[in-house]
Amino acid sequence: MSSRERTNRQLHPGAWWAWSLALGATATRTTNPLVLLLLMAAAGFTVSARRSPVGTRSFGFFVRLGLFVLAFRLVFETVFGAERSGNVLVHLPEVPLPTWAGGLHLGGAVTAQGMLAATYGGLQLAALLVCVGSANALASPRRLLRAVPGALYEAGVAVTVAMSFAPQLVTAAVRVRRARRLRGRSATGVRSWVGIALPVLEDALERSIELAAAMDARGFGRRGTASPGRRRLVAGSVVTGLVAVAVATYELLDATSPTIVGLPLLVSGTAIACAAVFFGGRDVARTKYRPDQWQAVEWLVVVAGLAPLAGVMLAGRLQPGSLHPTTYPLAVPALPWPAVLGIVLALIPAWFGTPQLPAAQAIAVRPARVAEPAKVGR
Amino acid sequence: MIRFESVTITYPDAERPVLRDVDLAIPEGELVLVIGRTGAGKSTLLKAVNGLVPHFTGGTLTGRVSVDGRDTRTHPPRELADVVGYVGQDPLAGFVTDTVEEELAYAMESLGVSPAVMRRRVEDILDSLGLTPFRDRSLATLSAGQQQRVAIGSVMTAGARVLVLDEPTSALDPPAAEDVLAALTRLVHDLGITVVAAEHRLERVIHYADRVLQVGDDGRVRDSTPNVAMHDSPVAPPVVELGRLVRWQPLPLSVRDARRAASTLRDQLSSMARPGGTPTRTGESVVSVRALEARYDDVVALRRIDLDVRPGEIVALMGRNGAGKSTLLAHLVGLNKPHAGQVRVAGHDPFRRSSAELNRDVALVPQEPADLFYTDTVAGEIAADGTGDRARFLLDRLAPGIDGTTHPRDLSEGQRLALALAIVMAAEPPVLLLDEPTRGLDYPGKARLVDLLRDLATAGTAVILATHDVELAAEVSNRTVVLADGEVVADGPTRDVVTASPAFAPQIAKILAPLPWLTVAQVRASLAASAS
Repeated sequence: MSSRERTNRQLHPGAWWAWSLALGATATRTTNPLVLLLLMAAAGFTVSARRSPVGTRSFGFFVRLGLFVLAFRLVFETVFGAERSGNVLVHLPEVPLPTWAGGLHLGGAVTAQGMLAATYGGLQLAALLVCVGSANALASPRRLLRAVPGALYEAGVAVTVAMSFAPQLVTAAVRVRRARRLRGRSATGVRSWVGIALPVLEDALERSIELAAAMDARGFGRRGTASPGRRRLVAGSVVTGLVAVAVATYELLDATSPTIVGLPLLVSGTAIACAAVFFGGRDVARTKYRPDQWQAVEWLVVVAGLAPLAGVMLAGRLQPGSLHPTTYPLAVPALPWPAVLGIVLALIPAWFGTPQLPAAQAIAVRPARVAEPAKVGR
Repeated sequence: MIRFESVTITYPDAERPVLRDVDLAIPEGELVLVIGRTGAGKSTLLKAVNGLVPHFTGGTLTGRVSVDGRDTRTHPPRELADVVGYVGQDPLAGFVTDTVEEELAYAMESLGVSPAVMRRRVEDILDSLGLTPFRDRSLATLSAGQQQRVAIGSVMTAGARVLVLDEPTSALDPPAAEDVLAALTRLVHDLGITVVAAEHRLERVIHYADRVLQVGDDGRVRDSTPNVAMHDSPVAPPVVELGRLVRWQPLPLSVRDARRAASTLRDQLSSMARPGGTPTRTGESVVSVRALEARYDDVVALRRIDLDVRPGEIVALMGRNGAGKSTLLAHLVGLNKPHAGQVRVAGHDPFRRSSAELNRDVALVPQEPADLFYTDTVAGEIAADGTGDRARFLLDRLAPGIDGTTHPRDLSEGQRLALALAIVMAAEPPVLLLDEPTRGLDYPGKARLVDLLRDLATAGTAVILATHDVELAAEVSNRTVVLADGEVVADGPTRDVVTASPAFAPQIAKILAPLPWLTVAQVRASLAASAS
């Protein structure tokens, strides 16, 4: 089992996250349902091609969440539909609302135009969720955190611990609820949850303290060589740089704002953050065990992820309007060829990316072992 | 290597110190066993070695603790990580990463060990602890014994010369415990590692120890060799109890020594009447399981189980970790829905009974007794179910002298078990189930549990206890059911089942084989009968 894993190196988690997030960024720039469906198909295909049992399960969760968002959007449109003119599909009884409700409708006519627009909007959100889900499935966030540079290490640990806290809370809640039934208390209804809140929180807190003690006993947080002032300077610069990057990304992705502000901000923010991380990292005495390597393949994955984004931008230039198909009047959305080409290119990593887990281990990993306390026969 | 100089440790709000005037010097390469009653301060002593007490737990420490010349006053646990490795009671709770290899490397990453050295040390430890086949596995999917070995390995890779272990084998089935102990002794003998371990299950570890630290109830620590300590220790394994009874000199600590000393005893006993087996119970069975099958997703946990338990029977349910013991218990209290087959407890299907009805049919003490508690005082717990008088009576019987205003989480492990048992048995259900009841219980606590279970059985309660503790099973049960891989592989009188397989045989049975005596109490009774 391990021999295969040794020869076939796992790709750097950062590459997969960049790939998935670039796909997500593409989804934010279009409401064309055909492009969005193709994007989701590409993400799903890549996840299934890399067959990791754990990843596939978490991907399923994101897909279901996306479907829920879409359904929610449609129900919302039916009840509070804003689009009143057009081809009426069905007439619902209308409840008149006072004028201070700000023109909000309740019921009334449901139009094909309104439903279609809601579908497009819902699909966009769903595609975004599916892309985030694929990032999760392709490389676990924990592996990504291992790649965090030394200067950000403490923050990374905080996130790791927080991520382990939530599942522990769920496990404890299930266990305590089952125990309540043993004492003749009902284990259904809202009140049963209120009663267990305290013991569950106590339990989770105790476990966190135990984890903290274990980490301390194993050398976490040993004094580095840097002075406190210098450490604070590094942390401050990292945060400033990252905020700048976030603002710039928003500017760039929001198609309505002028890109002239975004680009310089992105460059300078990245520069500040990178410099701080580089200089901060030199003070930290930590080392990394078998760090994930960033080689040509990783660059290829990132470029493949950026291809659909480029395709959509090109489509915006060449075929204006194809990215946001009109629903009034009703029209069959066109399929812009540059976007399709980009999505096809994004599929390349599905073939050369090695499977995350060899088949032998895929069987060995039992599903949901931790969440079922009663069967762990200690 | 480790020095304690007149160390006294007092926790905040405590009336008296946990440890008092402790003077110790532990040289390199010794395996030191820390013993004492439940709640005596064993864990405190262990945590003081690497400074978790008082840096992490609070409290005041007077005197001086030093390891390899480093004073814990000036060196918090993280600055001692390259000398002392600490493994807590529940290894899973102390894991920081996801997979075996990353966990092994974690401490070295914190210490800034160079990647090349890290790589080599991880490979060494994988080999020496037999973990190579699991190197890529997720930690949560490992068995309890494997997890314990990973936890030991993860502190060893950091180059620790001292290994501190809190109850390393308590939660393990006998074969897994053997694996862990074999790994530990190898570390001591091959690498000269100093090991300090606390353990309740003395029968498993006492013969490996070079010396014994006895933590008394007054907080004083007595430092002696295992032989000397076992002469008068209030906690002692069956082999020592037998040695004391027959006045063997020197006192044997292992089955091997005892067996060599026991030839005259065996001759003496072979002419005596065999210990009376408990009479087979007759009557309507109160627990009846027919062709029960259980699954988790597509993993089969139980396959076609048949089981009948009659009033007054005490059944020991044994088997490896993960053999399906807890799953079977969960079905008997209606927590899980059977995949196929039928379960009847006190004439009803437990899965269809309401919570209140179920409470009158069957009681279960779970692995974590604390899960049952939801108020903030012992008195509150006792009063919560409206059967307070009976619960208080049972509690005083099992663990006398618990203050009603104590928070249930501040109780010791044994006291928690007593409280849980008192609460669930207060409604006087005809069936009592216990899941691994002796974790964290010392020998006197175990003896009280045995007495209570016998009384309940005499009064007609059917008891099923899932346990790894072969001594307890031999002591209290009259029938033993062994599960393996979800199937019943043995079901019969305890005497026949436990003597048939070495993994489940109690120490006395191993010493006296092929004679059918299982416990010290039986030998004592036989000897007394022949003397009179």
